[in-house]
Amino acid sequence: MEDIISILITTIRVSTPLILACLAGLYSERAGIVDIGLEGKLLGSAFGAAVVASVTGNVWLGLLAGIGVSMMFSAVHGLASINFRGNQIISGVALNFLASGLTVFLGAAWFGRGGNTPPLTGDARFYGIRLPFAQEVSGVPIIGPIYSGLLSGHTILTYLAFLAVPLTAWVLWRTRFGLRLRAVGENPKALDTAGMSVSWLRYKALMITAVLVGMGGAYLSTAQAASFSREMSSGRGYIALAALIFAKWKPYPALGACLLFGFLEAMQYRLQGVDLPLIGRVPTQAMQALPYVLTILLLAGFVGRAIAPKAAGQPYVKER
Amino acid sequence: MDTTPDHAQRPSSAAGASLAIELKKINKSFGSVHANRDIDLAVRRGTVHGIVGENGAGKSTLMSILYGFYHADSGEIVVGGKPVTIHNSSDALALGIGMVHQHFMLVDNFTVLENVILGAEDSALLKPSVDKARRELQRLASDYGLNVPVDALIEDLSVGQQQRVEILKALYRGADILILDEPTGVLTPAEADHLFEVLKTLRDEGKTIILITHKLREIMAITDMVSVMRQGQMVETLETAKTNPEQLAELMVGRRVLLRVEKDEAKPGDVLLDVTDLVVADDMGTERLKGVTLSVRAGEILGVAGVAGNGQSELLEALAGMRASKSGTIRLNGEDVTAHHPDSAATLRRKGLAHVPEDRLRMGLVTNFYEWENSILGYHDYDKYGSGLMLDVKAARAEAQRHIEKFDIRPANADLKTANFSGGNQQKIVLAREMERDPDVLIVGQPTRGVDIGAIEFIHNQIIKMRDAGKAILLVSVELDEIRSLSDRIVVLFDGEVVGEADPATADEGELGLLMAGVKSDTTPKREATT
Amino acid sequence: MSSAMPLPRWVDVLLLPVLNVTLAFIIGGIVVLIVGENPIEAVRIMLYGAFGYGYGFGFTLYYTTNFIFAGLAVAVAFHAGLFNIGGEGQAYVGGLGAILVALAVGGLHWALAMPLIMISAALFAGFWAFIPGYLQAKRGSHVVITTIMMNFIATSMMSYIISRILKPANVNSDESARIDEVTRVPFLSEWIPLLRNTPVNISFVLALLALVGVYLLIWHTKFGYALRTMGHNGTAARYAGMSNAKLIMLAMAISGALAGMVAINDTAGAHGRLILGYVAGTGFVGIAVAFMGKAHPIGVGLSALLFGVLYQGGQELAFTMPAITREMIVTIQALVILFTGAMSNMLRRPVELAFLTARTRQKEPVPTERKEA
Repeated sequence: MEDIISILITTIRVSTPLILACLAGLYSERAGIVDIGLEGKLLGSAFGAAVVASVTGNVWLGLLAGIGVSMMFSAVHGLASINFRGNQIISGVALNFLASGLTVFLGAAWFGRGGNTPPLTGDARFYGIRLPFAQEVSGVPIIGPIYSGLLSGHTILTYLAFLAVPLTAWVLWRTRFGLRLRAVGENPKALDTAGMSVSWLRYKALMITAVLVGMGGAYLSTAQAASFSREMSSGRGYIALAALIFAKWKPYPALGACLLFGFLEAMQYRLQGVDLPLIGRVPTQAMQALPYVLTILLLAGFVGRAIAPKAAGQPYVKER
Repeated sequence: MDTTPDHAQRPSSAAGASLAIELKKINKSFGSVHANRDIDLAVRRGTVHGIVGENGAGKSTLMSILYGFYHADSGEIVVGGKPVTIHNSSDALALGIGMVHQHFMLVDNFTVLENVILGAEDSALLKPSVDKARRELQRLASDYGLNVPVDALIEDLSVGQQQRVEILKALYRGADILILDEPTGVLTPAEADHLFEVLKTLRDEGKTIILITHKLREIMAITDMVSVMRQGQMVETLETAKTNPEQLAELMVGRRVLLRVEKDEAKPGDVLLDVTDLVVADDMGTERLKGVTLSVRAGEILGVAGVAGNGQSELLEALAGMRASKSGTIRLNGEDVTAHHPDSAATLRRKGLAHVPEDRLRMGLVTNFYEWENSILGYHDYDKYGSGLMLDVKAARAEAQRHIEKFDIRPANADLKTANFSGGNQQKIVLAREMERDPDVLIVGQPTRGVDIGAIEFIHNQIIKMRDAGKAILLVSVELDEIRSLSDRIVVLFDGEVVGEADPATADEGELGLLMAGVKSDTTPKREATT
Repeated sequence: MSSAMPLPRWVDVLLLPVLNVTLAFIIGGIVVLIVGENPIEAVRIMLYGAFGYGYGFGFTLYYTTNFIFAGLAVAVAFHAGLFNIGGEGQAYVGGLGAILVALAVGGLHWALAMPLIMISAALFAGFWAFIPGYLQAKRGSHVVITTIMMNFIATSMMSYIISRILKPANVNSDESARIDEVTRVPFLSEWIPLLRNTPVNISFVLALLALVGVYLLIWHTKFGYALRTMGHNGTAARYAGMSNAKLIMLAMAISGALAGMVAINDTAGAHGRLILGYVAGTGFVGIAVAFMGKAHPIGVGLSALLFGVLYQGGQELAFTMPAITREMIVTIQALVILFTGAMSNMLRRPVELAFLTARTRQKEPVPTERKEA
């Protein structure tokens, strides 16, 4: 039982940035903008958050800075793919390298720790929140470990990430903005002929993307870890992208896919050097590769079919 | 902020006398093409007003101007008696002008309700709008007979139902004036009849309908007034009751100065291309050729006439080996060459078929290539251009140079990017490539589309030359003139079937026009076309 | 109205790329200013580090070799209209092909072993790229996403193979056994003393040959012709009777095989063994190299050299100006991809406008002469 709880706690922890990045990608791709650059935004905002948190000693300012960094990335991406009708994939790839280069370069220049930021302490980082009555029920069997152990004690960003899922579903299916967002990713012309601005709508989507992925980045450096370290996103942006494809661009399945991939990561830590009955020792590398293998199989139509928003990746050109 | 249906904003109907819309001296050019020239149009309130004309006559452009999709270069638009400027589609919607586009502007994986309220939501939350739309659609359904399952996804609806959604969209936004662009092009006859019933009801309820079409049958069936456009100009506006299809066909086609091609009597030889019961579907799986049978003999030109979109493209692609046939056979020199695979074009070429595609830019040329590179497209792996793996650039250049001289391609520079040649010269590049291979059968689609007058004559003469050299030529064109002046026999394609055959020497233009418009489609026995 | 008016060829081929790259460097310079260093001085140090003495020059050529292979890999796919982001993983898997053969034929003279190693590396890397090609051609999944995923799978797979299978018991770090010195691809310093102690090896010559080879392949073979036709206009390719599916798979396999040649330079040459994570971003640099070089071998060669200079000069710079680390190069690489790849329309429009006004000004006496064509 304790084992299971501890694996699940790790799952929630490592899933948090995935969920935030995945939902971020959902807004962008639902609006028709492919975002390969999630990885870079995650890394860039982790850096921005850690830098400002460490300089000001205020984690909330750090969070804002993290979001600010991903906003700038989104702005460049929007400029390239909306205004200049450039290739969205190339733009995303470039932004990933930009983050990878700039974070270490600036970090090394400013802090001289080989690209890492100084350790964050005190108010400069997020801490776990104890939910009400967690202390009281901790002794109760079953409920105790689940409530006090598993559900309580995470940082505010984790709770926000989980809250963002129903919120996104609500926005997507219940609001005017959601309706238009989904429409612009499927058939921008339908919006244009109804007298709405395709570009502005796409920019709005990119801004939401920036906020969410910025929170995800800030989580990495100010909640999960207590400083920025080079390449600390380590492919999570791509995993989030894979999860998004896996979830067929829907919020609740996205949560499921992120938890699944998070669980695989948690198991990877847990199974290190453990001999399993029958299977023997599972190479951690196999667990690492699993999300990618699953996504490839899905994309190739071997497990279900992932159909992306129809207009995703195409610049909108009004003239015929 | 939102384009909510707001009746108060619109000019009052009392002020506008009886005119719903008045267009005055509208001009619109795209580059060097004068799409609309001094167009005047007056549409009376509560009528169905038809606008007919051939493809490219400028009908759609005119309506796009009215709907705010394009801006007129000059001219005045008067709606309900008041001069207005229409900057974009929301302006048009606010003036009560709705449009049903030829290609529907619907989101396929949305429900009908979602599509209807998109852009016309009342509030930030969807629920009130959806509820309101549900009530409103119920009312519209009972008022006009526009029934659609409101909670169904668009992709699950038939084309006819999707079109009803487009009409509902316009009505939900409070449209008083409804423009329909070629609305029956995608409909079955039964669906078209239903549409006409709806349009009549709408008119009787006081709505104004503008119907753009090239089908005379429709004009006669439901319009009150009809305006004829030709080559960007408004030719005539008539009361439908006082005209007839023959007159309209003549007005549409006009008495253009025919570039009469000098040619001798054909001397038809053996059948080289023989098509039997060919059934071909498009990419969406819809059957676009529904059992076509025809044959072309050596030394003759068979003209395939018809309005665009009646299966011509699929016919050409199937014959060329670019599209698999569902059933039926294609014989080339007596050999069964029916394509079961869309990659069969190379095989067919080797067997003596050459193909001038209808869309040279999309298919026949790589515009980013140098001229010489395009002069071997489809033939690059012939031994002539290098044995083995290597490409003999010199040989290819020499080939291009020959083409340039023989076909007078200008500028005479094989090292120029193809995009920099004019339409006529680009077409010559394609023609030279396909004709200089000395094929047995040549299939040609729209040989002079977008080609200047001088080049047209040249191209026509080349086609005749090929015929006289004993080639079997299948010519597909939407230009009736071209078909008539070049062909030795004419078949008319309508809705994927051969609906008639005519002798160009005796065929009457109006009669052909009627065949093309599908008017006589029921009376002409199909089999006669196969002689 | 995007029917862009034709610009003179030199503008497209030379001026715009140069302007875009300059812009990338200007922004890079601003970043250098931000950390309080002098960009002009930085450039001087870099150039000295890259060219100033034999040791530096050798390293410059060594990096250039890798970047030529990686750049050509992206370029070949690009001509087929495919964006291969998987050069990194393909090169890594190519390393496996190289080491397996190199160890198996240990003791064989390099002149005989090298072709075998090359074939094996090409097959392994080519296969790794063929998978995404096959999946796009036959299953409709997009090469971009699949190649990204394949990079990660390669990382995991190779990490397992190197650390669990290839690593000899007596070695501490994650790497394979060493290749026999006789078999190993020889260093150029054997013939050119100036380059002593530098890793540049025969692969550099191979890279130059690859440039020529790719040029011939793309512009002087029938296959290259078909490839370009498909890359520009898939419908025209079908019209011409080419099989797009076959071309996609072949193009990817060739692209991968070229990426695999990085292993000849590193695994079979400079390193003499397969090291964990040896590719270290080379495959990604290839993307910038290909974009900047407009996918033409001459351009690829020049941009590979530029990045070689940046990498080697960057080491020197990091030594002299501690505030500037190697990652500055990754930043420049990103900016180059951004400006030459994604935002190439940004400078294009002003340049087009400039040419249009220049032309109309020339024709001022006849103002109606606007529409040509």
